[in-house]
Amino acid sequence: MLIAVDHLTTWRYPAPVRGVVQSHRLRPAQHDGQKIVDWGVTVTDGTPGGSFRDGAGDWVQGWTIRGPLSEIAVRVTGMVETADTAGILRGHRESIPPEAWLRETPATRPDAAIRALAAVAAADPLDLAHALSAAVADAIAWEPGATHAATTAAETMAAGRGVCQDHAQVLIAAARHCGRPARYVAGYMLTATEKAEAAHAWAEIHIPGLGWVGFDPANRCCPDARYVRLGSGRDAQDAAPVRGIARGPGEAALDVAVAVRSVQQ
Amino acid sequence: MAGRQTRNGGRVTAYFNEMYEDGRVRAPYARLEDWMRHMPAGLRSLKQAEAEDLFRRIGITFAVYGEGGDPDRLIPFDMFPRVFTAAEWARLERGIKQRARALNAFLVDIYQRGEIVRAGRIPARLVYQNEAYEKAVAGIRPPKGVYSHIVGIDLVRTGPDEFFVLEDNCRTPSGVSYMLENREIMMRMFPELFQANRIQPVDAYSDLLRRTLASVAPAKCDRDPCIVILTPGHFNSAYYEHSFLADLMGVELVEGQDLFVEGEFVWMRTTQGPKRVDVIYRRIDDAFLDPLCFRPDSVLGVPGLMDVYRSGGVALCSAPGAGVADDKAVYTFVPEMIRFYLGEEPILQNVPTWQCAREADLAYVMDRLPELVVKEVHGSGGYGMLVGPKASAEQIAAFRAKIAADPANYIAQPTLALSTVPTFVAEGVAPRHVDLRPYCLVGERVELVPGGLTRVALTEGSLVVNSSQGGGVKDTWVLAE
Amino acid sequence: MLSRTADNLYWIARYMERAETSARFLEVGSRIALMPNAGEGYRNEWDALLRAAGTADAFARKYGDAVQRNIESHMFFDRDNPASVAACLGRARENARIVRTALTTQVWDAINTAFQELKGLERLPRSEVSIARLTDWTMRAAALVRGSIEATLLRNDGWDFLNLGYALERADNTARLLDVKYFVLLPRVEFVGSGLDNYQWTTLLRAMSVHRAFHWAYGGEVTAAKIAHFLILNPQCPRALVTCAAAANTHLERLARGYGAVTEAQRRGHALLAALADLTVEEVFDEGLHEFLTRIIGEVSALGAVVHDTYLSGDQR
Repeated sequence: MLIAVDHLTTWRYPAPVRGVVQSHRLRPAQHDGQKIVDWGVTVTDGTPGGSFRDGAGDWVQGWTIRGPLSEIAVRVTGMVETADTAGILRGHRESIPPEAWLRETPATRPDAAIRALAAVAAADPLDLAHALSAAVADAIAWEPGATHAATTAAETMAAGRGVCQDHAQVLIAAARHCGRPARYVAGYMLTATEKAEAAHAWAEIHIPGLGWVGFDPANRCCPDARYVRLGSGRDAQDAAPVRGIARGPGEAALDVAVAVRSVQQ
Repeated sequence: MAGRQTRNGGRVTAYFNEMYEDGRVRAPYARLEDWMRHMPAGLRSLKQAEAEDLFRRIGITFAVYGEGGDPDRLIPFDMFPRVFTAAEWARLERGIKQRARALNAFLVDIYQRGEIVRAGRIPARLVYQNEAYEKAVAGIRPPKGVYSHIVGIDLVRTGPDEFFVLEDNCRTPSGVSYMLENREIMMRMFPELFQANRIQPVDAYSDLLRRTLASVAPAKCDRDPCIVILTPGHFNSAYYEHSFLADLMGVELVEGQDLFVEGEFVWMRTTQGPKRVDVIYRRIDDAFLDPLCFRPDSVLGVPGLMDVYRSGGVALCSAPGAGVADDKAVYTFVPEMIRFYLGEEPILQNVPTWQCAREADLAYVMDRLPELVVKEVHGSGGYGMLVGPKASAEQIAAFRAKIAADPANYIAQPTLALSTVPTFVAEGVAPRHVDLRPYCLVGERVELVPGGLTRVALTEGSLVVNSSQGGGVKDTWVLAE
Repeated sequence: MLSRTADNLYWIARYMERAETSARFLEVGSRIALMPNAGEGYRNEWDALLRAAGTADAFARKYGDAVQRNIESHMFFDRDNPASVAACLGRARENARIVRTALTTQVWDAINTAFQELKGLERLPRSEVSIARLTDWTMRAAALVRGSIEATLLRNDGWDFLNLGYALERADNTARLLDVKYFVLLPRVEFVGSGLDNYQWTTLLRAMSVHRAFHWAYGGEVTAAKIAHFLILNPQCPRALVTCAAAANTHLERLARGYGAVTEAQRRGHALLAALADLTVEEVFDEGLHEFLTRIIGEVSALGAVVHDTYLSGDQR
C-alpha cells in the first residue's frame, strides 16, 4: 500500500525564543514492512544537525534554530510503501539486545492492578502477548481527553480510560512484568473511522523465534499495511518523535495536524 | 613498629607493614627511616603547618557531600611518603594497563555485538538491565573505540607481592589533582629528600591527559582539536580539581551554560563569538549531560549534545554509559573480561566477592556478617557500607535487614588486611592503613604516570580511607631503577 | 576568552570596588555623626547615608533604628545586604574562585587572604572593632587586590574586563557618594555655605581619600562648585566621573583593537566620555546636582548593560 503523510506541528510562544534545539525521530526506517518512496522534514529557520541511525534502528536528526522566533513549524511530508507482515518487525537493523528492553520506567511501572491483568495463563510467549493485548483492550476504554501526556500506566489502569499511548504503556508494563522485553512505538496510521488517531502509538513485544512483534490494543490488532513506524522507546516519553528545548519565558501552545491517506497506484 | 597482630573475625591477621618487615627496614624506605629519625619534633609541626598553609593558599579544599560545616575543609595531608620500588611498580603498571584495556574492550563489545554475553561469560541481566547501561550509545562507536579515557583503579596491598583490585572507576575518577599537588608540596618542603632518593616524576600527567584527549577527537574534526573540561560548577566538591586540570592543560573550563549546539557541532560562548569544541572532558554525570536525551530537568548539561556526539561531531570523555564496566557486580567478571578479550591471565587479582543476588552467596554472607565488608552495588565514597569487624551488633542487625529487603543491591567481600605505612600522628609516627588509586589514560595509547593517590585512614585501626570519612592523603613515590 | 570568565573577572572588580565604597560610606557617616547639629540628632545623617547607598528600606525592615551599631552591621557584616563589605568580598572571592586559573597567584592570594581575614574580623567581639579599623582594613585589602592586578596580571582581554568593571563601578559609586551630600543637605537649606556645610564636604573628600589632593589642586575655600568640578570633571582626580569614563574607554578601545571589532559598547563609551569632557560646573548646577547624578548613574548602568550584551552574555555573533 502507498501511504502519504502530511504532519504539521506548530509551536507558538508567548514571547520570542532563542537557541531552540530539537531532536527528531520523524523519518521511518526501512524494514520489510515499509519502504520510503519520498520523505522530507522542514523546520522554520532551522539548521539541520547530525543525522544517524541509533541503536534501536531509528533515524535521529538534530535541528537548531537561532531565533528569536515566536512561532516554529515542523512539517513532515512523504510517501511510504507498506506491506503487511502480520505485525512482525523483520529486516529492521538494530544493535540494542532485547534484554535491554526489560527495564522499567516510572511511566510503565506495574502496580497491583496491572500485575493482576498480567496474570493470564499462556505457555507460549506469542499467545501470552495476544492475551495481554486483548486484556488491555478490554480494561481500557478508548476515550480522548481522559488522560494527558504524562499519565502513567498505573494511572490509566485506575481510570480505565485512555488513548493509544495509554493502551501501549499498560501493555508494555504488563509484558515486562511477565518477563517479556517490550517497547513503545510511535508512528502513523491510515484510519477509516473516527475512533482512531492518525498520529498513532502501539507496543512491540519480543517473542523468541519471531523477534519484535507489534500489538495495537487500541485497535485490537497487530500492525499491518496501514501502519507507518517512526521510532521506539522504553515508554511514550522515551519514544517521543520530537523533543525540544527553547530559551525564553512561558510555555508554548502546541498545534498538531496530521493527514494520512492512501494513494491510488 | 613491627607488623601488628589484630583479631579479625575470629582469625588472627597480620597487617603487612610497608616499611618494616621482620623488624628490619625494607629497602625502598631506608632513607626515609633516617629522615624520620633525624627530624626534630619542632620542625615537624612547623612543616605540617607550612603544608596546610600551602594547600589553603593554592585553594585545594574539599567539600563533603551532605554535610554542613566548613565548605573549604582541607583533606588532611600526611607528610610521610609511601614508596614503591621500580620492580614493584613495573608489575602494577602492567596489571593496571591490562585491566584498563579489558574494561574498554568490554564496553565496545556490549554496545556493539555483545559477544561476551552471547558466549555466556557474563549474564545478560547484569549488563543490559544495569542502570548504567545506556541504550542511547548502543551501536555508536566512539573515536578509537575508547569509552573510558581515564580509568581509576583502586588497589590495596596485603603483602610484599600481594595486590588486590578493590574497584574500578571508569566514569570520571577524581583525586588526580592531589597526586600532583602532594608531590609539588613535598618537593617544595623537602627538596633534600628528592636529592637523596631517585623518585620518578609524575608531572607529565597533564601533558599525557591532553594528548590522550586530543587523540580521541571525532572524525569531523579536521584541525588541532579544541578541548574543554565540563564542570557542574564551582559548588561541586571537585571544582578545584577541574580548574586545576584545565589550567595545567591550557584548556577552557566550561559549565553547561557556556556551551550550545548549533547545526552539527557544539560551540562555546566567548567574548568574540562562538568557538567550536571538539573534545569534552566532562566531569558531570551521564544523567545531566543533555536534557533532550537524559533527565529533562537537568540545567547542568547542554541540550542536543548527545545528537552531536552520536553523529560524530564531538567526543565525550568518558563516553556516556561507561559506568556499566565499573559496577560492583560487573567487577566480579573483570578477570573473565581479561581472558576473553586479551587472551591473558589477570596480573592483578580481584577481591573474592559474594553476590547477594545469588542465593548461596546470600546465605554465606548472612552467616558471616561480622567478618565481612558489605557494599551497595552502586554506592561510592564509603557510604552505605558495613565493615563487619568494626560494626556494633545493632549496626549488623540493621544491615542484615537492609540486605534481606533487597539482596541484589549488595555484594560482600572478606575484610582485607590492608597494608600500613608510617604516618605522622599526635604521638609521633605510627602505622596506618592505606590504599592506592593510580590513573590510567586510554586514548590512541594506554599511559600511566609512575604514581597515584595514596589514601590513608588516619584513625588508628580504621580501614576506611575515603576523604569523606576522615581519610587523608600521602605523596606516592616510585623509585627509579 | 570564555564569556562567563570575562563576566566573572568583570564582577570581581565591581564587587571589590563596591566593598570599598561601602566602607567609605561608613566612614562618611561616622564622621558626619561626630558633628553636633541643630537638634535633630545624629540619626538624620545616617538616614541620608542609607538613602544614598540605596539600602534605606532594607535597613529599616531589618534593623529599624538607624543607630551606629546597626549601621555598622548593615554596611559591613550583614550578608543579607548585597552591598555590605562582607557580601561584596564574599562574592568577589566566589567569582575569583571560579576563574582561579585566569588570575595570578598574587591576585588570588590578595582576594583569598582578604576573605580569610574577614572571617577573623567576624569572630571578634564587636566591642573590639572600631569603624576606623573596619574601614582601614577594607581600603588596605582592596588596594592590595588592585595593586596585584596591576602589577602581575597579563595585559590581555581579561585584564581589560577587570578594569572595565572597576571603571564602571567607580563611576557609579562616585556619583552615589557625591549624592550623599544632597540627601544630608536637602532638608536644611539654611546651612549652605556654613561651617557645617564645609565640614560635610571635607568629610566627603576625606572618605574618598582625596582631600589632600583637592587642596593641592584648588586651594582656598571649600565650595560646592570646586568639589563638583573635582569629583566630576577633573581628569586628575582618580575618582572623578570623567576619569572613570576615560578608563572605561581605554579598555573598550583595547578590546575593540584586540578583537578587531568595534561594537555598540565602544560607541556608548565614547558618547559618555564626550558628554562629560565638554561639561562645565555651571551646567551641572543648572541641571541640578542630584538630577545630574541620577542621570549619570543611569547612563553608566546602560553602558554596563551594553557591555554585558556584547561580551559577557555569550550571545553575540
